[in-house]
Amino acid sequence: MMKIRLTESNLKGWLYLLPAILFLGFFMVYPLVDVFIYSFEEGYNSASQTYFGVGGYNYSYVLHDPYFLQAVKNTFILVMITVPLSTGIALLISVALSSIKPLRELFQTIYFLPYVTNTLAVGLVFMILFKKTAYTDGLVNLFISWFGAGSVDFIEGPYWAKMFVLCFYTIWVVMPFKILILTSALSSVNQVYYNAAKVDGTSKFRTFMRITLPMISPMIFYLVITGFIGAFKAYSDAVALFGTNLNAAEMNTIVGYVYDMLYGDSGGYPSYASAAAIILFSIVLTITCINLLISKKKVHY
Amino acid sequence: MEVVLRNLTKKFPGRDRKKREDVIAVNDFNFVIPDGKLIGLLGPSGCGKSTTLNLISGLLKPTSGRIFFGGDDVTDLPPENRGIGLVFQNYALYPHLTVKQNILFPLQNLKGKDKLSKREMLEKANEAARLVQIEELMESKPAELSGGQQQRVAIARALVKMPMVLLLDEPLSNLDARLRLQTREEIRRIQRKTGITTIFVTHDQEEAMSISDMIVVMKDGIVQQIGKPQEVYDSPVNLFVARFLGTPPINLFEGRAKDNQLYIGEDAVLRVKGIADQEVFVGIRPEGFILQENGPLCCALGGVEVMGRDISVVSQNKASLSQSIRAIVGAEHLEKIGKTYAAGYGEKGPDGDRAMETPVRFALNPHKVFLFDKETEERIIFEEYV
Repeated sequence: MMKIRLTESNLKGWLYLLPAILFLGFFMVYPLVDVFIYSFEEGYNSASQTYFGVGGYNYSYVLHDPYFLQAVKNTFILVMITVPLSTGIALLISVALSSIKPLRELFQTIYFLPYVTNTLAVGLVFMILFKKTAYTDGLVNLFISWFGAGSVDFIEGPYWAKMFVLCFYTIWVVMPFKILILTSALSSVNQVYYNAAKVDGTSKFRTFMRITLPMISPMIFYLVITGFIGAFKAYSDAVALFGTNLNAAEMNTIVGYVYDMLYGDSGGYPSYASAAAIILFSIVLTITCINLLISKKKVHY
Repeated sequence: MEVVLRNLTKKFPGRDRKKREDVIAVNDFNFVIPDGKLIGLLGPSGCGKSTTLNLISGLLKPTSGRIFFGGDDVTDLPPENRGIGLVFQNYALYPHLTVKQNILFPLQNLKGKDKLSKREMLEKANEAARLVQIEELMESKPAELSGGQQQRVAIARALVKMPMVLLLDEPLSNLDARLRLQTREEIRRIQRKTGITTIFVTHDQEEAMSISDMIVVMKDGIVQQIGKPQEVYDSPVNLFVARFLGTPPINLFEGRAKDNQLYIGEDAVLRVKGIADQEVFVGIRPEGFILQENGPLCCALGGVEVMGRDISVVSQNKASLSQSIRAIVGAEHLEKIGKTYAAGYGEKGPDGDRAMETPVRFALNPHKVFLFDKETEERIIFEEYV
């Protein structure tokens, strides 16, 4: 066991660590512990700062709340669809980008644009694409109608239409960062491996599967982990598309549920919010642990 | 397999935007590489030797000229259809695969009628591993191996498909001195055993001389001389080749030939025949000096380097083109030259200036003396007086 003790020799070290420890303590560790405590305090009243007792009622309430279950379902669908899809598409685009010579920089810039575009501006664009108004059915509906299909209300219509828009939006927003990371990972693979593969008569596909992919696997893994965490925390995207009353739109996410419990129209329940937050935390932790376990086998550092 | 290079030329577009002048990396290379020989491509960095290797491998396309493998024109064939094995300078072992997987990799690429069963592949991989003596490392990752072991794995990977031609790019440059000696013998042994025509690139003349059947000395994309190592060493065609081969390097002097006498400075050092009176460069191999009390070439003794088997006498001469002359003589001269040296320095030690006045005299072995034209730097052949 290593002993953590303040001695003269390591005083300087502690001093250098102090700012980071203070910030992390105040803004990360303390709130986390606080939320954990809140989540077990039943009937907490934020005005009087009192509660009835300690127990698991908050969890049981949240887990039986249909809005929460809807939010969990939405979040999981969002995560399971957008993380693999966005990583896969980003990989395809990156490979394509690194195999073309002319105009590569131009394309890289174009693909990076969504990253620097304001979320609300993007939301507006998606409105034009998908939203039905009194004057138009939206661009996408126009497009669909060319193929003879009926128009779909993507913003206020059926569940899967809305989910499609949400996933589409999420993928589109997270793509630029992934492309950026993957193109730089691809260009860092030493050309000599490709030459070696060429001399050995390796097909393009096999070269990609057996050489390129393992070599950039640490970066893909990084993107998958952060992608999972980011998607589990999705909230603002849904708001940008469907407005603040997400429960009514059946498009709420777990973070959205937590926010509603705190500040929404039905809000004022920090205990329920805390319980939901802790549940989210444990879900993310579990998924990340699973990811790490898989990565031990599949990722080559 | 016999490899023929005919008028092989490779130009790269110039980098300088203003000039746009092509860089000629390989210029009109003609060479017939006999079957089953070990050939060393030798030259300073930037001389086009690696480019030549890449042209033979097919990774680069020649600007003009043809390449033939055993009579077949392979110039337009991609690397994988040429039947070559290539070992890269930094080995290029796939870091995420084990040694076994690395060696199996080329075999797994085979398609159609060449396709092998799993068992055949393993057999071949084991055979290649046995040849380079790495059987016990099959399950390791490249990062766990030493440089020499990685080199062997790379060779095994290149050999496993039984290539017609094996190409090695600077195979020893990433190894330490001891391993280098060992590995170069290993390469020689493997080449002999397999009988595969092997071409390797190096900037280290000692390496090339020690294991090659033939060496090709290149400079600025142009072949200077092709021949057996000893022949090239004993009879360089020009000043560049003479300077490039040999450690310690050849000693160069300004000299002149007059009335069948060769002069270095004021000393008439050698009688030469059949050569017009002219200014020349004189190259003398370190082993061409003979310590002789009344020898014709007089130099100022600078010091003695003991190398065990023999000693290197360091001296200065005004006509020398380098700062000091190195003469290799037998170790039996050590005592005598040591005394001269001590007498020269007296009490002043190595920094004293009296050493400059201590003369040492040499006679020359005419076989180790080469004359070069001052303009063209081509060798001038002379007959010696008997």
